[in-house]
Amino acid sequence: MASSDVARQPDKGVRPLSLAGHVGFDSLPDQLVNKSICQGFCFNILCIGETGIGKSTLMDTLFNTNFENFESSHFEPQVKLRAQTYDLQESNVRLRLTVVNTVGFGDQMNKQESYQPVVDYIDRQFESYLQEELKIKRSLHNYHDSRVHACLYFISPSGHSLKSLDLVTMKKLDSKVNIIPVIAKADTISKSELHKFKIKIMSELVSNGVQIYQFPLDDETVAKVNTTMNGHLPFAVVGSTEEVSVGNKMVKARQYPWGVVQVENENHCDFVKLREMLICVNMEDLREQTHTRHYELYRRCKLEEMGFKDTGPESKPVSLQQTYEAKRQEFLVELQKREDEMRQMFVQRVKEKESELKEAERELQSRFEQLKRLHADEKAALEEKKRLLDEDQSSFSKRRAAAQLLQAQSLTANGKKDKDRKNE
Amino acid sequence: FWLHSNCLEPRNSPALNPLYSSSAMSEAVVPDAMVSPAVGGLHGEKAGGPAVDFSYVGIDAILEQMRRKAMKQGFELNIMVVGQSGLGKSTLMNTLFKSKVSRKSVLATAQEKIPKTIEIKSISHDIEEKGVRMKLTVIDTPGFGDQINNENCWQPIMKFINDQYEAYLQEEININRKKRIPDSRVHCCIYFIPPTGHCLRPLDVEFMRRLSKVVNIVPVIAKADTLTLEERDFFKKKIREELRANGIDVYPQKEFDEDAEDRMINEKIREMIPFAVVGSDQEYQVNGRRLLGRKTKWGTIEVENIAHCEFAYLRDLLIRTHMQNIKDITSSIHYEMYRVRRLNENNTVMAHANGIPEHHLAAHEM
Repeated sequence: MASSDVARQPDKGVRPLSLAGHVGFDSLPDQLVNKSICQGFCFNILCIGETGIGKSTLMDTLFNTNFENFESSHFEPQVKLRAQTYDLQESNVRLRLTVVNTVGFGDQMNKQESYQPVVDYIDRQFESYLQEELKIKRSLHNYHDSRVHACLYFISPSGHSLKSLDLVTMKKLDSKVNIIPVIAKADTISKSELHKFKIKIMSELVSNGVQIYQFPLDDETVAKVNTTMNGHLPFAVVGSTEEVSVGNKMVKARQYPWGVVQVENENHCDFVKLREMLICVNMEDLREQTHTRHYELYRRCKLEEMGFKDTGPESKPVSLQQTYEAKRQEFLVELQKREDEMRQMFVQRVKEKESELKEAERELQSRFEQLKRLHADEKAALEEKKRLLDEDQSSFSKRRAAAQLLQAQSLTANGKKDKDRKNE
Repeated sequence: FWLHSNCLEPRNSPALNPLYSSSAMSEAVVPDAMVSPAVGGLHGEKAGGPAVDFSYVGIDAILEQMRRKAMKQGFELNIMVVGQSGLGKSTLMNTLFKSKVSRKSVLATAQEKIPKTIEIKSISHDIEEKGVRMKLTVIDTPGFGDQINNENCWQPIMKFINDQYEAYLQEEININRKKRIPDSRVHCCIYFIPPTGHCLRPLDVEFMRRLSKVVNIVPVIAKADTLTLEERDFFKKKIREELRANGIDVYPQKEFDEDAEDRMINEKIREMIPFAVVGSDQEYQVNGRRLLGRKTKWGTIEVENIAHCEFAYLRDLLIRTHMQNIKDITSSIHYEMYRVRRLNENNTVMAHANGIPEHHLAAHEM
């Protein structure tokens, strides 16, 4: 990717021309600025630091406001992020400021995953900007840019060196966001200790390959002051919203029995330097770096991950559109295949069910036949029995008839005999 | 040094006032919309002694930062001039930018013949004024309206404009993008109306009707020194009526007015268009001053005198007041419309290729 513009090289085929009189396009920067005033600005700061290290107080002090933050507990099971958006105005400039604080950072017993919610948050903001940018009907000019422009990393004022949590976290974040490390609660360190501490921190960052934000040196107007400030990193800050009377003025300060630490006194701490650098001199550059470096990197990685490439297999430039169309084709073909598969399966199942049912039907049929035969057999047997019975009956009744006849005959014979006897 | 003065000098700017605040607390955190007005900010207390207001934060310094960045990057402007030959397009460009920016002035072997078909020729210049650098590209369209049969003469021009949008779109959707996408999109198209004094010709109407949908059109009455003031007013009124009757929206378009203030300013401009202009790159002595003008037997027409012609209004509109606005409308409206059309076009093309009825396609994102 092209590095930051030093001076715009004249294009080939473009001739420099001198004007014979006043044309008036020198008002262009003014026109641009006026438009921006109408639109307003957006600035998003992420503050990472342990609970109680003074993030909220510093934000309040930086922006001269009470952002109504309440103290967090030390017993959060996981690191969370809390984002708050404010609309600030100074003279004719409207700023939509979003301050994101970590909650519970460094409080867990196991800090291995502490950085992950932060990384996720930053990625989510990039993702939502990318989504907006890729939409067909998009409104980038009205879009509320929530990408993190500056990350203030609060270092504990141990006076010795960075904690491993600090190194790990900053290493994970340095390619995603502009990191500005600050030494918090700097009034607990003496001047000489502070100097050594700063050197130690910077050398540790360098030796671990952590890329913190460097104030830009390409614009002559601010190159000098930025170079000086780059040498004062990390800024040792003290935050306070309370005012103490010093001399005949009321200043923001922290009052101790042994003296008063004045926030805006450059001999006491680097607060003024931080405010100058963060807001007055480099706010626009922070926003630009976020957009042209960090966001582009995210976008590139995300799109490559999704399978888009700029050049095809023959190293011919392939447009995003072509890739998308190819993918779409793929997807539709896949869809068709799946549909066919499903259809086939359905047909199969139906066949199976059909044959099952047929089988069952056949079985029933055979059972029925069997029963019918049995029944017929039984009926035949019964008929036979009946016939026999009938025969018996008829033979019996014949015999009875014969017997009766015989009896009757014998009776009449006896009767005759009797009569004959009588008659004798 | 300005930096230190911020810290020490008393400031008159009002204290920082938070207007609204909102908060959202959750695992996945997203800034919410505004909730309720917050407490007022701190003010610097003065207890006797010099009045020092320490509540200045320095947010308004961002304007200065923006200005610096803009100056460093420079600006780009692409203007297209369209009109029949002989209407003074090149001269007007030279007058507007007070230097020889037109193609004819640049090319040593200027072919004076009128080309057989419409050509699109662009030439770029690096100009600088008071530290502000600009790359100005003037796009000329020789041959427009000069043929016997001028049907479809807008096509090459339309194609050129769309090609520039296409080039920008292709750059924008690359995976590896340039830090600053070179902007070759036509920001403004100046259309030259011949000073007949009657009404618009069918060619004018057709061209402006089609192109006002893709680019900002600024119509001007060319060679206005052939019209008397009454003729000019009549002509302008007629033109405005005809534009309205044909639904042609020229710059500044009514629908893109952002607020009441904009509308007021733009209404005044809309009542004056088309500007009746006279161009000249020759200077003459008038009343002891050297002025750009055209010298005739009956007098000298001063180009920058608003009593003579409306060149100054055109220059002010295009350059001094509305240049940024013209560029913004090109990029946020015309370009976006092209992009939407183009991306939707792909969806329908794909659909037809696959025999999928259009209503099956969800609102696809890229």
